[in-house]
Amino acid sequence: MRIKTISRSVDEFTRERSQDLQRVFHNFDPSLRPMEKAVEYQRALTAAKLEKIFARPFVGAMDGHRDGISCMAKNPNYLKGIFSASMDGDIRLWDIATSRRTVCQFPGHLGAVRGLTVSTDGNVLVSCGTDCNVRLWSVPRPSLEDSDLSSEKSTEPSAVYTCKNALLAVDHQFEGDLFATAGAQLDIWNHNRSQPVQSFTSGSHSVISVRFNPGEPDILATSSGDNHISIYDIRMSSAARKILMRTKTNSIAWNPMEPMNFTAANEDGNCYSFDGRKNEEAKCVHKDHVSAVMDIDFSPTGREFVTGSYDRSVRIFPYNGGHSREIYHTKRMQRVFCVKYSSDATYVISGSDDTNLRLWKAKASEQLGVILPREQKKHEYNEAVKNRYKHLPEIKRIVRHRHLPKPIYKAKAESRAMNDAKRRKDDRRKAHSAPGTVVTESHRTRRIIKEVE
Amino acid sequence: MEVALEDNNLMEKVLPPDEQEIDVELEAKEKKYLRGEGANLESLKDKKLKTQLASREKLYGKSAKAAAKIEKWLLPASAGYLETEGLEKTWRIKQTDIAKEVRETVRDVAFLHNDQFFAAAQKKYSYIYARDGTELHCLKERGPVARLRFLKNHFLLASINKIGQLHYQDVTYGDMVASIRTGKGRTDVMEVNPYNGVVALGHSGGTVTMWKPTSQAPLVQMQCHPGPVSAVAFHPNGHLMATSGKERKVKIWDLRKFEEVQTIHGFHAKTLSFSQKGLLAAGTGSFVQVLGDSSGGGGGYSRYMSHSMVKGYQVEKVMFRPYEDVLGIGHSMGWSSVLIPGSGEPNFDSWVANPFETSKQRREKEVHLLLDKLPPETIMLDPSKIGAMRPSRRKERPTRGEIEVEKEVAIEAAKSVEMKKKTKGRNKPSKRTKKKKELVENAKKTFPELEHSNIAGKKRRIGEDAAAELPASLKRFARKN
Repeated sequence: MRIKTISRSVDEFTRERSQDLQRVFHNFDPSLRPMEKAVEYQRALTAAKLEKIFARPFVGAMDGHRDGISCMAKNPNYLKGIFSASMDGDIRLWDIATSRRTVCQFPGHLGAVRGLTVSTDGNVLVSCGTDCNVRLWSVPRPSLEDSDLSSEKSTEPSAVYTCKNALLAVDHQFEGDLFATAGAQLDIWNHNRSQPVQSFTSGSHSVISVRFNPGEPDILATSSGDNHISIYDIRMSSAARKILMRTKTNSIAWNPMEPMNFTAANEDGNCYSFDGRKNEEAKCVHKDHVSAVMDIDFSPTGREFVTGSYDRSVRIFPYNGGHSREIYHTKRMQRVFCVKYSSDATYVISGSDDTNLRLWKAKASEQLGVILPREQKKHEYNEAVKNRYKHLPEIKRIVRHRHLPKPIYKAKAESRAMNDAKRRKDDRRKAHSAPGTVVTESHRTRRIIKEVE
Repeated sequence: MEVALEDNNLMEKVLPPDEQEIDVELEAKEKKYLRGEGANLESLKDKKLKTQLASREKLYGKSAKAAAKIEKWLLPASAGYLETEGLEKTWRIKQTDIAKEVRETVRDVAFLHNDQFFAAAQKKYSYIYARDGTELHCLKERGPVARLRFLKNHFLLASINKIGQLHYQDVTYGDMVASIRTGKGRTDVMEVNPYNGVVALGHSGGTVTMWKPTSQAPLVQMQCHPGPVSAVAFHPNGHLMATSGKERKVKIWDLRKFEEVQTIHGFHAKTLSFSQKGLLAAGTGSFVQVLGDSSGGGGGYSRYMSHSMVKGYQVEKVMFRPYEDVLGIGHSMGWSSVLIPGSGEPNFDSWVANPFETSKQRREKEVHLLLDKLPPETIMLDPSKIGAMRPSRRKERPTRGEIEVEKEVAIEAAKSVEMKKKTKGRNKPSKRTKKKKELVENAKKTFPELEHSNIAGKKRRIGEDAAAELPASLKRFARKN
């Protein structure tokens, strides 16, 4: 006969010295883990509660401007710096990392500055404003001895170009040295020429915003005051595509990871995501804001975007989801006119009417700084187990809970009541008519009137 | 070129026989790690949800494959075995072949979540002691306790006392979660099912009842034996239960169908215990018998090994040691242990139970256990129901017409019952008609809703059955659920 019993020698299972690592053994057999689903549910509940405990999204406010902030620009080459411009012509470069102070000022504009953009190599800052000027500045290189906090340097513009009309927006091409300004018409400029290289006129309404495509250097999207969104190819002489909507679009952002898709921030409080090639219907309608959406910016991962709205809140939406995953608001933050998602996808910067720039965390309960690999694994596990059970009522209630300021809460309740009443009436109208005569329009096409070309 | 490609494809399909066997074996192991069937995604209409769930199912498949491979190749130890050659029988092999304070009555002892604490059911009250013997708590509320058991995931100390009261106490903050009057009298057979945390009591009438702390009535009542139940034991996978009765039978039950799977005749087992690998130890008198399952599902328990002690030593309790091939026997003169190859799980998981843990690891584990403490509401017969979807009500409420039809059928059946003709002057016609009327009344009583609606009779909102016949424009007046 052959006999074998379990015999374990202590050396194999314990460590020799205290400097050695403890050995860990795994057996994934489910019969060793009774009630694993209940334990997982309990862990998901604890993870949801902990997330809420650690949710402190507000990092700090940057004070300095003397009038409401009208626009901001990110420097693609330098993570810590952000440019902001206000309604009285004041342009500043901020260091948002540790000191949250102004590093450099660019005085010169006489009226409100309406557009700010930085070239892709980070050397040239372009600004335009209601004083009909386009100014080019050279961005100061950050040096190691730059710890002199008291001296706020100011620089002279490297070039000033004048236009006939007030300018409303500016954007720089992703590769190359062309930039586009929007005003009474759409102009394409070169850094070195004092007159626009190319001009596009379209109807009698002014062009409100411009955005170059990150993937194709010659394509840009604009929105105009007569509720159009137009896509131009600068190698052609007229618009490639035009979409007419019911209300005007305040801002457009292209998805950096899927450059054929763009999202338009509209005056009716919704954001519409379009596929640039197929414009008859929106890919997705993002509805959560109560008032006009003023600005929109995509995260560099392409999976989320941040919007700032006239209703004093900043919301973060998933790129394919209809509702926001997060809302940030403060009593002191008034109308938000511009938002930016930082280039490392960790922070969100909002500039608002109360002359402050505010820095928020993109994930409210994220632990900043260097995280040990064991901590990282635990965070990932918590996230995964919470997502697994987040449809169950107890956990859903905790995960979804957000405090809304009273005006927004009331406005949402009112709009919900109005929508319910409208839907009920439409259902009854449908029931009382011959089948097929009354057709419900889908949300994706509801606000689009037609597509031209 | 094309010919070469075809050859490659052919070669891939025909594997050598060894690899084919390994594939089949791995697939069988994978099933264990998949924990049930995958979801049916065909009926989903939402495309986004469908793709998300499909990618998740793929991930589950991959992780199950990886776990199966790990189990096959990477686990350090293998299980014990006892193989006989030729005509030898395993039960004839003896142990010699294999190797060569409280001064009052303590009725039961149970360890709490650690080896640092244990609870003892003493003569008058139960006490909780630390490892070195210092008394920590005196549990007066329960009275004299016959059996104590600890539910590990819920941190509940369950006990049954002499008058048949079941008490559950949460040991983290001392609250008595439930005290249930079983109503079945005195019993001292109590076991906890490790798979779902349900407490089973064996009664003197031969019933086994299963309890959970949130309800006053038992979950299940099974009539197991004609006489009193003397021992109950649960298989660690939660599907099998062994009971023994005084009529010299040990029965194995399947707990999913509540059916008897096997009966073993011949001895009255005072104590039963299952090992991690499914071996069943039964102790009677001074003799301990270990049964092994030859078939996978639990129906083929047969003699594997046996051990007889010195005559006169009465075996009180047997218990398998987890993760070792050892069976502990508690008897009237003390305690002894025997080796049973193949009874313990050879590979332990350090995060679940580590026999070699240091004190630091033990403290960390205690904190994690406390964080994962389950509320008593999670104790249910099928613990995998948590997080599952409620099955949709496919059968709708029967309409009024259907109920009437059923009622007619029941009345007809009651009327057509053959009445037994009684003799010796008890066959009066008046009594016969009275009895028949009673039967018809009873049949009508099972349909009370119609009675009430007949009585009401006033103008009321149209019921659901009529709603189906309404035109679309009047549907809003139908009664809403």
